[in-house]
This record gives sequence, C-alpha cells and structure tokens, in this order.
Amino acid sequence: MKTNIEDKSKIYYNPYFGGVVLGLILLATFYFTGRGLGASGAAKSTVVAAVDKLAPEHAQKSAYYSKFLSDDEHPLNNWLVFEVIGMLAGAFLSGALSGRLKFRTEHNPKITTKRRLIFAGIGGFFFGFGSQIARGCTSGAALSGAAVLSLGGFITMMAIFGSAYGFAYFFRKLWI
Amino acid sequence: MGPLIPQGIIPGQWNNVIAVLIGMAFGFIMEGSGFSSSRKIVGLFYGYDFTVLKVFFTATVTAAIGLLYFSYLGWIDLSMVHIHPTYVTGAIVGGVVMGVGFVTGGFCPGTSFCGVAIGKIDAIIYTLGLMAGIFVFSEAFSVFEKLYDGNYLGEITITEFFGLSPYLFVFFFTLAAIAIFFITSIIVKRVEEVNY
Repeated sequence: MKTNIEDKSKIYYNPYFGGVVLGLILLATFYFTGRGLGASGAAKSTVVAAVDKLAPEHAQKSAYYSKFLSDDEHPLNNWLVFEVIGMLAGAFLSGALSGRLKFRTEHNPKITTKRRLIFAGIGGFFFGFGSQIARGCTSGAALSGAAVLSLGGFITMMAIFGSAYGFAYFFRKLWI
Repeated sequence: MGPLIPQGIIPGQWNNVIAVLIGMAFGFIMEGSGFSSSRKIVGLFYGYDFTVLKVFFTATVTAAIGLLYFSYLGWIDLSMVHIHPTYVTGAIVGGVVMGVGFVTGGFCPGTSFCGVAIGKIDAIIYTLGLMAGIFVFSEAFSVFEKLYDGNYLGEITITEFFGLSPYLFVFFFTLAAIAIFFITSIIVKRVEEVNY
C-alpha cells in the first residue's frame, strides 16, 4: 500500500496536456479580465502592505511604494493577491490528491539541506529583485507578456531563460 | 464580447471571485504538472527533464493562438487587453537577474507558491527571499530608477516593432516550439539520468 502511494506522488500530467490546459486558463483570464496571470505582484503587494502598516510615513514618501498605494483601497485588495490565494488552494488540492503533502526540503543528495536552503533564499532574493526591475516575473512578464506578443514580454522571457542557461554551469553542483 | 469585466458585461464586484477561481485552476494544473519540485524545474537547465519548458511554451502558444482566434471571431477586443509595457533596459537586466535566481533557487515565484502549498520548506525559504529582494529593491529604488525606466518603447508588440503579421509570427513561433520539443527529446536521451 505504501509503495502505491509513493508511486502516485511521482506521476505528473503529460507536459503537453498541462501546457494546453494552462494556456486555456491564461486565455480565460484575458477573456474575463483583460489582463494576464501573475505571481510576483502578490509578493510585492504583501511587502507594500507590510511597510505601509509598520512605517506609513516612510511608505507614502517612497517613490516606489507610493506607486502602489491609494487612499481608498488597501494594498492587499488587489487582483493578483486573490489569484495567489486561489493558487495556494489549487496547488494544495492537487498535492493532496496525489499524495504529495509533506513538510520536507527537496535537494540533491550530494548537498546538505542547509546548503539547499541558503541557495533557495539567495535565489528568491535575486528573483524578487529582478522581477521589480522587469515589472514582472515568469508569469506576469514572460508568459502573459508573450501570449499577447508584447515585445517586453519576449525580451524578458529570453533574458530569464538565457541567463539561467548561462549561469547553470557555475551552479551545477547544487543540482547534479 | 470580451474582455468581459472591462466591457462591463460582468460587474466589477466579481473580479476578485474570478481571481480566486482562476488562481485555483492555475495552481492545480501547475502543481499537477510538477512545478512544485525544484529538481524537476531545474532539469531544463541541465538537460535531464524538460517538463517545464514544454508546459511553458505549450501554454504560451495555446494562449497566443486562442487570443488571435477570439479576436478574429469578434469575441474579444484586443485593444482593451493589457499589453505588458516594453522597458528594454529593465526587461533585459531584470530578466538576467531573475535567471540567476532561477538556477540558484530552483523556483520562479509562481512555482515557489505551489511548493509552499504542499509543504516544501525550500519553497518557503525561497518565498521569504523573494519578499526580501522586493523590499531591498523598493528601499533602494532611487538608485535603480534610471534602470527601471530606461528605453521605454510603450505598450508595443513584437510584431508591431518588426512590422510582421501577428498571424504569421504566431505560426512560426509555434513551429519553433515544436522544433524545440523535438530537440529536447533527443537531448534528454543523451544526458545521464537524474533520479529525484
């Protein structure tokens, strides 16, 4: 029985099936809202809301936070925040159905858990920083941007994947 | 005719309800495709698993073709659809910085949220790092403002910029995606298998 569960947890959708469904979800998003999907925007809203709560004067004065603050709406009352709440629920459901719910750190057995976690934090930091420079991440800029043929979307997409391939050699010991 | 909410066909109050529902579908299909696993994602940079590349390009092509058909059939007014603005400097520099984050952290923001949802501790740490990166950028914004606003070309599409037909462009983009899928299927057979 146990082996049965373990087997199921490694079975994923066919990537082309997953891609077509994801593309249809993105198409539906444009059809309903006139905008695409996103992810880093919700993290940004969280940061803006936290800074606004802890240091409201600083947030109002900042040239960056103030772009995302308005008098009549809370920074968390944002489409992408609701979308990410849904995302967490949807991913949780999928994980539950496939027996993948478990607190664990996934890493290459050749490196320690600590090393994996340090690099996960560093990677998140770089991605967060870069997503602000490019005004969006893999979801908002690359995927949703390229779907509407945005020039910037294509440039960001090529820059993300090109850079990751370019730097992959230097970080190979983390993964293989 | 779409887009439904900007046109007022569905009242604006539904916006957040639709956001949660779309998000659920998005998270469900991403997790089910394997995006909650950093080692599966990173496979595309080392040649042992191209799942993410296949899902990503299939989704892009599907949505791009769908939008052109919807527009052709008069179901959506593309002039009311948000085009991600083109700031050339930011798009390149930001993309390169994100690429470093991708290969060190093993996630992008959307995939890390999927990892968080199923209890991946590395994804939780990644998400904290993500917010730290956003915070530091925001605090240091004045230093990076020129980079952020550099070479703005407007809300322009790649086909407008190069003077191409969007239909032909998407057709050739689809062919390129199929060629990439074929090439990666050859690479994956030649690269040493990684078990995870």
